[in-house]
Amino acid sequence: MTELTCIVCPRSCKLQISADKETLIVTGNACKRGAVFAQNEMTDPRRTLCSTVATVFPEAPVLPVRVSDEIPKAKIFDVMREINRTVVKTRIGRGDVVIKNVLGLGADVIATSDLLKEKAGETS
Amino acid sequence: MKNESYDVVVIGGGPAGLAAAISAHDSGAKVLLLEREARLGGILKQCIHDGFGLIRFGEKLSGPEYAERYIDEFHARQIAAVTLTFVTKIEKTGSGFTVHTVSRNGVARYRAAALVLATGCRERTAKQVFIHGTRPAGVFTAGTAQHFTNLLGELPTKRCVILGSGDIGLIMARRLTLEGAEVLGVYEAKPTPSGLTRNLHQCLYDYDIPLYLSHTVTRVFGTDRLESVEISEVDEHMTPIPGTEQRLDCDALILSVGLIPENELAESLGVKLDPKTKGPVCDGQNMTSVDGVFSCGNALHVNDLVDYVSENAAVAGAAAAAYKPQKRKPVEIHISDTLLYMVPQQLDLARNNNKTAVYFRARGDYNNSRLALTVDGKEVFSRRYAFLRPPEMEKLELDFDGMGLTETSDVQFKLEPQTEKG
Ligand SMILES: Cc1cc2nc3c(=O)[nH]c(=O)nc-3n(C[C@H](O)[C@H](O)[C@H](O)COP(=O)(O)OP(=O)(O)OC[C@H]3O[C@@H](n4cnc5c(N)ncnc54)[C@H](O)[C@@H]3O)c2cc1C
Ligand code: SF4
Repeated sequence: MTELTCIVCPRSCKLQISADKETLIVTGNACKRGAVFAQNEMTDPRRTLCSTVATVFPEAPVLPVRVSDEIPKAKIFDVMREINRTVVKTRIGRGDVVIKNVLGLGADVIATSDLLKEKAGETS
Repeated sequence: MKNESYDVVVIGGGPAGLAAAISAHDSGAKVLLLEREARLGGILKQCIHDGFGLIRFGEKLSGPEYAERYIDEFHARQIAAVTLTFVTKIEKTGSGFTVHTVSRNGVARYRAAALVLATGCRERTAKQVFIHGTRPAGVFTAGTAQHFTNLLGELPTKRCVILGSGDIGLIMARRLTLEGAEVLGVYEAKPTPSGLTRNLHQCLYDYDIPLYLSHTVTRVFGTDRLESVEISEVDEHMTPIPGTEQRLDCDALILSVGLIPENELAESLGVKLDPKTKGPVCDGQNMTSVDGVFSCGNALHVNDLVDYVSENAAVAGAAAAAYKPQKRKPVEIHISDTLLYMVPQQLDLARNNNKTAVYFRARGDYNNSRLALTVDGKEVFSRRYAFLRPPEMEKLELDFDGMGLTETSDVQFKLEPQTEKG
């Protein structure tokens, strides 16, 4: 039997996972998402990734970004390398794609702030 | 000098101030928001990690995304806001208040019939934790590390030790690791971690960052820049145990030892503070002990979920918009020792209390506990909780109007841990 903590919501349920032949039996989850989490965690653990990307704008040297979908846990540092290799040169905004289909993982790296647009419009 | 008049002046442009201003405006008030920084959004501007908005939007948003949704709503209503403006002083004048500010354009004064204080919280610093040794550069708070990394794009350390297991420290342990810094460990003096369980997992264990409970930093070494720290084990009284010292080379000591509501302005107005929350004593409308002064967000009590901050701030904003001087009929809410705190601390029976949100934290880790509300010794409400922990705040919505309360009622919330298990 394996024990896991569900990280889907702040409740942090303690999950017990036992294998019955091919299928996994999950207990301890207060909702269905916990069972799905356990299933994924045992076969293909995925995480979201949030970071910042450099820009050419001195008043906003970095722009916050995240992946549009969860990526395999084992690829986190590879994706970080791609993010840290990128420089944003245009005043993109929230939701805009910074790296399309990063490393072919099926997720984009997207901007999570309108910071660059705000700065451009500021007068005082 | 400017001397404009508003129904409601909101101080602080974080998630609390934004939600309060929007709600006050929607209730028909003429609103002004004052913020000392250049941009609205408060602390969320630097909280680039995700996990915000699960309750409010049903999505896992990053801090800037959550804040900007409210900023968009705020601007769509064309509510007046002045940024880069620091509120220095508030005076009670006539039936309202005069708010004094300083900005690059000089000093200004604003008149307000009601005030919403949404000034957030600040971090405990090295001065508030006792560490021997020199005072080299390289000792700073997790929030400062977050500011450098996420807003300035500068990595403030290559190899660090984190003292305290608060959520900001856990989040920064992961963030610094992702950017290539070496986090030697998170050291916590208490026998239990202070942060949320999910943050221990997704921030520490995912990255093999060790957590040492019942350990603290006892000395720092270095002349200009920090060179190393001494770690010791502590006993149950949090006193270092001689002979357990261990020295670690590092260029930074990052403190994540707790947050305190920011209430200097509130105190200057004579607002009564609750020693438990370190924020104002409030009623169900978020009004403090001073008539016409409302409090919300992390200034009221330190929240772990921003969704509750927005929700509660909207109550404060609407109440501030509706504010008219009237005699209060206060009744105190008493709590048992097993509760760390509860907000509100009192009810004003002259107002509606039929859908009052109550926020509380348990003092310890309790399995299968029971929360009971008694009025004059008679139980009027109870609820069971499978699992309560101090870092995880709970919320209840109650109809106090149906309980026949008077100003002399004895209102008691009692949390009974570990009642007959199974
Ligand atoms: C590091 C960190 C991580 C967090 N992680 C999460 C998370 O993962 N999920 C989640 O849901 N919640 C999280 N939270 C909680 C959430 O961010 C806070 O509860 C929320 O930001 C509080 O909002 P606020 O408006 O009360 O305070 P703040 O955001 O601090 O805003 C207060 C504002 O008031 C302004 N101000 C203060 N004094 C004055 C003055 N005298 N004059 C003018 N302006 C003034 C400040 O500049 C600031 O902009 C986190 C909090 C922190 C600190
Ligand atoms: S199982 Fe459901 S309730 Fe429990 S932590 Fe996971 S998502 Fe939350």
